Amino acid sequence: MTEIIVVTSGKGGVGKTTTSASIACGLAQRGKRVAVIDFDIGLRNLDLIMGCERRVVYDFVNVIQGDCTLKQALIKDKRQETLFVLAASQTRDKDALTPEGVRRVLDELIADGFDFIVCDSPAGIEKGAHLAMYYADRAIVVVNPEVSSVRDSDRILGLLASKTHRAEQGNGDVQEHLLLTRYSPQRVGKGEMLSVEDVKEILGLDVVGVIPESVDVLSASNAGTPVILNEDSTVAQAYEDAVARLLGETLPLRFVEEPKKGFFARVFGG
Amino acid sequence: MGLLALFRRTPPSASVAKERLRIIVAQERSARGGPDYLPLLRRELLEVIRKYVNVDPDAIQINLDREEGQEVLEFSVALPEKAARQPGRKSSRQ
Ligand SMILES: Nc1ncnc2c1ncn2[C@@H]1O[C@H](COP(=O)(O)OP(=O)(O)O)[C@@H](O)[C@H]1O
Ligand SMILES: [Mg+2]
Repeated sequence: MTEIIVVTSGKGGVGKTTTSASIACGLAQRGKRVAVIDFDIGLRNLDLIMGCERRVVYDFVNVIQGDCTLKQALIKDKRQETLFVLAASQTRDKDALTPEGVRRVLDELIADGFDFIVCDSPAGIEKGAHLAMYYADRAIVVVNPEVSSVRDSDRILGLLASKTHRAEQGNGDVQEHLLLTRYSPQRVGKGEMLSVEDVKEILGLDVVGVIPESVDVLSASNAGTPVILNEDSTVAQAYEDAVARLLGETLPLRFVEEPKKGFFARVFGG
Repeated sequence: MGLLALFRRTPPSASVAKERLRIIVAQERSARGGPDYLPLLRRELLEVIRKYVNVDPDAIQINLDREEGQEVLEFSVALPEKAARQPGRKSSRQ
């Protein structure tokens, strides 16, 4: 059984690509065969975050248009044997992606025995985002604790419930998960940032992960290594937990509490 | 929270954010999947009401409730304080 997971959000720049790369990598680390697909046509990014940008010869659109086979376009990850990347095309027009074309590629990956297909969605609620979610079995809705991100993700929830293949066929709901990222427990403690509980309550979703705000994400992207591989980082540990929850484990949330402060910091504010 | 924060008058911004989101998300969800004419209906209602009373756009709440087999469209209009009820009629004729 192949599971198709879309990583989506509505709003741009919230951490979808960071999340797609780390979740795909984490699943592969646990022995799953994983393909991660960049649906952001024209704004290819996933290859950079995965560190395979110089090995892109063919892309998603090439496969759909029959310029190459899927095998030729899948880039095998250097670190994980069972992880493959399908890059977005850089230049061609967005209409190159069609529902039939996407279906064909997904079917071929399914026939090939992949356990997971992770679809990294572009921002927005237009065609690209729609195609990325259309065939999904599950959705990771990436949210920042911030009003516009929460509102946009609620619109995405509306689309997941009505504009996906599952919804149209009445074939069971797309299973939705909330992944809250760029979370700062300190700012939540000061009442400056929406808390996990706030966002959970507003959106009514189960939480698959809370990822702290950290400079480790930038250094990982500089290096072209999914941040989940930086074992010393709390971000990596939080993504590990998210992967475990996706696979059905129940784990308590970590890194959501403020680190304990000393007496002076408490009295005079931090 | 530092000592100074205890004397702060304004509510922490996160609770303001939460309250705003609660309202807008509820409103957008109730319009979702509902008839396409809801936004237009809302605009036209606002225009009609403004002929008589000068209300803000956010004074009108429209909710669509689905209960076993029937849909109920619910409006509520919050009227402003007396002083602010101004010349709807005049301005609407311009
Ligand atoms: N947990 C985090 N902490 C700090 N910065 C982050 C975190 N997650 C993402 N970012 C930063 O946010 C920006 C957008 O991330 P990206 O994954 O490209 O978002 P999207 O794919 O949604 O546009 C990047 O600069 C990335 O480094
Ligand atoms: Mg992206």
